[in-house]
Amino acid sequence: MNLLGKLTWAALPLDQPIPMIASAAVALGILAVLAWVVLSGHFPYLWREWITSVDHKHIGVMYCLLALVMLLRGFSDAIMMRSQQAVAFHAPGYLPPEHYDQVFSAHGTIMIFFVAMPFVIGLMNFVVPLQLGVRDVAFPTLNSVSFWLTATGALLVNLSLGIGEFARTGWLPYPPLSELTYSPGVGVDYYLWSLQISGVGTLLTGINFVTTILKLRAPGMSYLRMPMFCWTALASNLLIVAAFPILTATLAMLILDRYLGFHFFTNEAGGNVMMFMNLIWAWGHPEVYILVLPAFGVFSEVVSTFSGKPLFGYRSMVIATMAICLLSFMVWLHHFFTMGAGADVNAVFGVMSMIIAVPTGVKVFNWLFTMYGGRIRFETPVLWSIGFMVTFVIGGMTGVLLAVPPADFLLHNSLFLVAHFHNVIIGGVLFGAFAGYEYWFPKAFGFRLHGGLGKAAFWCWLIGFYLAFMPLYVVGLEGMTRRMQHYDVPAWHPWLLLAAAGSVVILIGICCQIAQLWISIARREALRDVTGDPWDGRSLEWSTASPPPAFNYAVLPDVRGEDAYWSIKRAAGEPASPAYEAIEVPRNSPTGFVCAFFATVMGFALIWHIWWMAIAGLIGAGATFVVFAWRDRTEEVIPAAEVERIDRQNLQARAQALAGKAASA
Amino acid sequence: MTAAHAADATAEISLEGGQATGRGAGGPAPVRVYVGYGFWIFILSDMVMFSAFFAAYAVLEGATAGGPGGRQLFDLTNVAWETACLLLSSFACGLASLAAASRNALWFHVAMAATFVLGAVFVGLELKEFAGLAAAGDGPQRSAFLSAFFTLVGCHGLHVTAGLLWLLTMMAQVLAKGFRADILRRILCFTLFWHALDIIWVAIFTVVYLMGKTP
Repeated sequence: MNLLGKLTWAALPLDQPIPMIASAAVALGILAVLAWVVLSGHFPYLWREWITSVDHKHIGVMYCLLALVMLLRGFSDAIMMRSQQAVAFHAPGYLPPEHYDQVFSAHGTIMIFFVAMPFVIGLMNFVVPLQLGVRDVAFPTLNSVSFWLTATGALLVNLSLGIGEFARTGWLPYPPLSELTYSPGVGVDYYLWSLQISGVGTLLTGINFVTTILKLRAPGMSYLRMPMFCWTALASNLLIVAAFPILTATLAMLILDRYLGFHFFTNEAGGNVMMFMNLIWAWGHPEVYILVLPAFGVFSEVVSTFSGKPLFGYRSMVIATMAICLLSFMVWLHHFFTMGAGADVNAVFGVMSMIIAVPTGVKVFNWLFTMYGGRIRFETPVLWSIGFMVTFVIGGMTGVLLAVPPADFLLHNSLFLVAHFHNVIIGGVLFGAFAGYEYWFPKAFGFRLHGGLGKAAFWCWLIGFYLAFMPLYVVGLEGMTRRMQHYDVPAWHPWLLLAAAGSVVILIGICCQIAQLWISIARREALRDVTGDPWDGRSLEWSTASPPPAFNYAVLPDVRGEDAYWSIKRAAGEPASPAYEAIEVPRNSPTGFVCAFFATVMGFALIWHIWWMAIAGLIGAGATFVVFAWRDRTEEVIPAAEVERIDRQNLQARAQALAGKAASA
Repeated sequence: MTAAHAADATAEISLEGGQATGRGAGGPAPVRVYVGYGFWIFILSDMVMFSAFFAAYAVLEGATAGGPGGRQLFDLTNVAWETACLLLSSFACGLASLAAASRNALWFHVAMAATFVLGAVFVGLELKEFAGLAAAGDGPQRSAFLSAFFTLVGCHGLHVTAGLLWLLTMMAQVLAKGFRADILRRILCFTLFWHALDIIWVAIFTVVYLMGKTP
């Protein structure tokens, strides 16, 4: 038996310059950052305040940071694909087929699992406990485990760039292509284990947030007083709990096929390939709502805040959210109308898919009517929201078109489909994530992001998006299928050049965002917000300091209606002299980090068939939890005097700022 | 809070139907409530995972690829013993939680040990069945039906095995730390887990073995 399994020096892509140089640069970059952190003495701070933190706010920030970093990786894949298709007309282009296949597979996998998911989960982490008026999520240490397991998945996917290869199967590894017969390398195994490990993290997040929202709310925060973002987070996490186990089971079946010679999806011995499509989309369709519902929540908060009005049709919005939550499980078959299930089955799923557009339409009208008659402030989050409404409606309508089975037979697997789902995922999820990032950044760090650069980034993204994806609708209608490494149809070429230009405009947008973050940090004193309420907000998170103290609220808020903080502000005059009490906050714990370390070892070992190491990793991860269970002190007490000092500081700053504002007005 | 506000709040609470935390009147639920609640959600998610394996089994049940089906392979006597062991271990587990509730360490350990032995016998019987099938050339590689069978039943067996390890750490925790509040909460979660595995076994017993054996 080989001690290192399938791992040999041949795993390094020494003959392929692009992945070699890219992975070497990334590895050097990471080493440089690590060296800087250690040498400049920041490591203890990083370890204490971030890596071992079980505070939902810190975990939320780390999730968003992971998403932003992975966005850069996913986008570099995107721009490689656009440039390849721009030059590969009657030519081989610069990416060989086996590399191009890995690029589009990695792009989809990374963008869905390691950009969109961590971004919305990060926002939920940061915002939901604050909006509910409580001090943390139900299971803070588990929350840290969730984050670090997600990071493990991201790490494994990126490791495939330098050691071995990634899947060449697309972002969903359809069998029989993904079976050992046709994908004998480690690419699919990288995919499978990174998703299994990060999937555990996502499932734990779902359990954590369903429990938090249903069981931990401030006094008076009844269900129909929860901010819209909490409702959408609830729906999204219910979907995680109900859908992610299906993904785990499906990928487990594929793993058994590949590792132990089972016959779930093979061509031989009675395996059933279409069962994979059914199972993966029974998870996959709810997944798109897991992503987009929290984005809908962000837009609801942003539109209402910046219009200075309560959300129009709050209860209809709640009903629409929960309706989408339910309906999302009844449409999965529209991803493979061409399977041949017959006209009756296709008709049912086609009609269901159109029905799901109804609650979404309700939401769009609610946002429009919220803005109607409002005094709208066109800050950056509002731009993202309006850009979303226009873009998402177009994407939704092309979706309804694809839901018509006869039309789908023509457009299936074409670039029209690719344009459609980018239209809803970029226009919906990503714009929502960016709106939330701009909106809650001052709450997280106590200073705003630079406005001008934010707006520039928005316009580049919006224009770039239309330039990049509208041409794909056209070439899709002209019959261009997805995932083509080269082509010889002259009519497609100009459109693909235009699409490549669009991706460059998006690149400029991303540069603006990086510059915005950099400049905002550099000029943080000028952008400082001491009031904790920079946008004249309506929900509870704006009633505490920015950044909020470890305990969030010195005294749990007493909620008396919808738009909880708005009514508190309007009912001003009541002098704040609460009776401060000592507060227990959960103690930091390295459990998540250590457990993820062992999970990384285990995942890597399983990918390369290094069995002894896999067993060691599994035992290590299990032992971590036993050690965690053994500790005696689980909470830290912040004495009442300290709580009072922190709270008074915030109240004073807030009062001073308000007095200043009144004086200047 | 002013007196008027307090009166206001009481009126509101009575309007909302008492102190039910679900309606938001009472504030955050106590930890012993939401730990069990969260674990229930986990069990539900676990059942969703099993339902995917059940669905795969239902799809592939007839895909025997010319090999034997359930009617030829299943031995109901062995399965009856397995069922008896698992259900009795659940009973013993119930006794353990009663012992924990009355803080009786001796009976807790006795009942947990009985739970462990019965669970281990269950796993042993299952392994015996699996080994017998594999030895006869009817392992999971034989056909899609057998792949689905081994996965569904084996996944339950893995859960029981993990439960046995968890059980040992619970006994060790009580031994080392006594009936601390957080350990009592973990005992609650463990018993929920153990009983949930019974529910899944009842479904496997019915869908796989009984329905597979009857024509």
